[in-house]
Amino acid sequence: MGEVILTMKDIDKSFPGVHALDHVNFEVKRGEVHALMGENGAGKSTLMKVLTGIYQKDSGSIVYKGKETEFHNTREAQDAGVVIVHQELNMVGDLTVAQNIFIGREPKKGFRIDDKKMIEESKKLFQELNIEIDPREKMHNLTVGKQQMCEIAKAISHKAEVIIFDEPSAALTEKEIADLFVIIRDLREKGLGIVYISHRMDEIKVITDRVTVMRDGGYVGTLITKDSTKEDIINMMVGRVIYEDPKQHSMVAPDAPVVLKVEHLNAGKMVQDVSFELRKGEILGFSGLMGAGRTETARALFGADPKQSGKISVMGKDGQLREVTINSPQDAVKYGIGYLSEDRRRYGCVVQKSCIENTTLATMEQFTKGFLIDSAKEKEVTEKYIKELATKTPTADQLVVNLSGGNQQKVVIAKWLTRDSDILIFDEPTRGIDVGAKNEIYKLMNKLAAEGKSIIMISSEMTEVLRMSDRIIIMCEGKVTGNIDISEATQENIMDKATRSID
Amino acid sequence: MTKKKKSILSDQRFIVLLVVIALTAIFSFMSKEFRQYNTMLSLLDFSYYDLLMAIGVTFPLITGGVDLSIGTGMVCYALIGGTLIRSHGMPVIVAMLVCVLLGVLIGTLNGVLIGVMNLPPFLATLCTCMITRGAGSLCTATPWPGLTQEGGWFHSIFKLTIGTGRSADRYPIGFLWMVILVLLMEFVLNHTKFGRYTIAIGSNKEAAALSGINVKFYHVMVYVVCGLFTGLAAIAYAAVTPTVQPGTGAGLEMDAIGGVFVGGVAATGGYGSVLGTFVGIFVIMLLKTGLPYIGLQANWQQIITGLVLIVAVLIDIIKEKKAAAL
Repeated sequence: MGEVILTMKDIDKSFPGVHALDHVNFEVKRGEVHALMGENGAGKSTLMKVLTGIYQKDSGSIVYKGKETEFHNTREAQDAGVVIVHQELNMVGDLTVAQNIFIGREPKKGFRIDDKKMIEESKKLFQELNIEIDPREKMHNLTVGKQQMCEIAKAISHKAEVIIFDEPSAALTEKEIADLFVIIRDLREKGLGIVYISHRMDEIKVITDRVTVMRDGGYVGTLITKDSTKEDIINMMVGRVIYEDPKQHSMVAPDAPVVLKVEHLNAGKMVQDVSFELRKGEILGFSGLMGAGRTETARALFGADPKQSGKISVMGKDGQLREVTINSPQDAVKYGIGYLSEDRRRYGCVVQKSCIENTTLATMEQFTKGFLIDSAKEKEVTEKYIKELATKTPTADQLVVNLSGGNQQKVVIAKWLTRDSDILIFDEPTRGIDVGAKNEIYKLMNKLAAEGKSIIMISSEMTEVLRMSDRIIIMCEGKVTGNIDISEATQENIMDKATRSID
Repeated sequence: MTKKKKSILSDQRFIVLLVVIALTAIFSFMSKEFRQYNTMLSLLDFSYYDLLMAIGVTFPLITGGVDLSIGTGMVCYALIGGTLIRSHGMPVIVAMLVCVLLGVLIGTLNGVLIGVMNLPPFLATLCTCMITRGAGSLCTATPWPGLTQEGGWFHSIFKLTIGTGRSADRYPIGFLWMVILVLLMEFVLNHTKFGRYTIAIGSNKEAAALSGINVKFYHVMVYVVCGLFTGLAAIAYAAVTPTVQPGTGAGLEMDAIGGVFVGGVAATGGYGSVLGTFVGIFVIMLLKTGLPYIGLQANWQQIITGLVLIVAVLIDIIKEKKAAAL
């Protein structure tokens, strides 16, 4: 490791209602690979966005190559040599490799783009990196791994001195990851500073020199990788004091029947051989890190995405568990399953419409006489749920867009309650909802479970998982890696399973 | 919705109605010929087919789609209907039914292409626009029976004529049917499952699907309804066009679609009303009919209509921005 190339000190950043970064410190040396770790929402991405000029810091200092610096946009950061390689690749599939690398700064020959020069420059870059890619190939013909190599080549072509890799391995195969590591080591040899964001503990051990851990927007500490164990890192990641009482033991009666049984569900790369059971009155937490495949599992189960194989059994009104075919959300709804999306605005509600229209959307047939909608009944039922769920809205006619996040969520809950759904899938039920409203949603979920509804709760918040769940399924990279009763669950054993893929 | 509390002035439909009244007043004031009963009568005569197309296409536009095949479709059905009467001796009533049936058929085709096969609405209906134009051109120019000929009774659906010759009194009874149809479809839009789902698809198709709605079926139905009204428009078109010409019809859909947007359908779908369409069409018709009377030729009508449309859509976009800022 050489001298320090980048120092971020006391970085503070707030968004309305959120203290996203709380006096965070971070430094990168020449010739080191520095891991940045933390749970979802720990502030890693925000910190990198502050560094590369996407966000502006509120206070603190960034010293880059010995000079106090502040980038105002990614372009400035790029020009100075600080480049980010995103997890989601920013490539134009229909352009060639060379065209992508030089996009926005095409070499010119008079008025014409100098394609020849572009291709030659690209070839040189690939030679430097020891990669074999034809610059004339269309981007969409390359594998994800190769595309990522192109992103790296693009970064190098900016004369990068600090490269940030944001979960680079998430979409790669074993072989591609090995190739990537060769390149990263090579860049390290050349004296570049490398920031490596990843959730995969084993990779961190292999490729990085130091680890900085963040938690809840704050800086926890920095470790030398080879002197520390996986347990040290996990403890730093989760070592928060939990203020809200976690559930001590399951609230589900020991003889509660199984209402939903999923066996060997497969749907693409993100859902591999997933099996679990949900019992009556149970809140089944789904924990895991971003991209673990939890939402994908829920969507496949609900029929919103196609599945390749798997057996789903649902308890009917007669109390018998029997296999069902779910090919569309319509089927799922028919079997009494309701899905509350993590992205309410996009998938949950029709925000430009009223509470009434949203509440009755899934159950129109209850409110129609022949062809006509019974507006009086609609209003009556909507008002009943507004009262029951304590939804704060001036009238039932209010547009949903004008409600707060917590109250929007209540409208969506009301929608599924009118349907009398027995199985409710809450996907990140409190995302974007303030603390007070969160507690109300929690109370509501507990009440629903006590009344005999069964709930699948996907959550990225450890405190939420420990507070609400009766049992916890942990997923990692599309597979179930753990299934533990709440009485045995700790932050440490959940995080351990969430960062370990079983093969 | 909170519209009850809002001032009536913030309702685009009311503003457009004021525009209709203002335009009528201006043209009547400036031209003696314009304010004659016969001018008004002819304006109404020529508005029916536009209005029928517009009522139909309001539904695809609310879902965020479009139907470009209504203009050529209408002419195609009128041509086929006319051919059945002239060359095959069929009664007018059969030709009318065939028009409606063909409309529903092409509407279903559009609906399946868009709702089931996921073709972009612009592309799917561009194809059926070409198909109907071509199919219509297979027929020769065909006049439907004139008022005094056998089968001419169908003219009285739109214009009741009492007496004969120059002294006859003519009443635009079609306007009454239009008002009834507009109210009916406004009711369908706001008070039936079909209407509610049309709006839901336009507002947030994903959320509608995840609520367990059979989105495909209702998406198809939206285009079927549009086709049905295109079929009705074909009858109204035959009633005012002495001889339906093959190869025409392209461009007629633009007046109808323009009228719907003037009437306040959201440019991105999700909101709209048939009442708005009703007043919107009359803005277009008044410009079309009135401008020549004050000495501006047809080209000016197009330019001014285009400008009016820009203003109408901008109002909608500004309103939406304001709502988002709340």
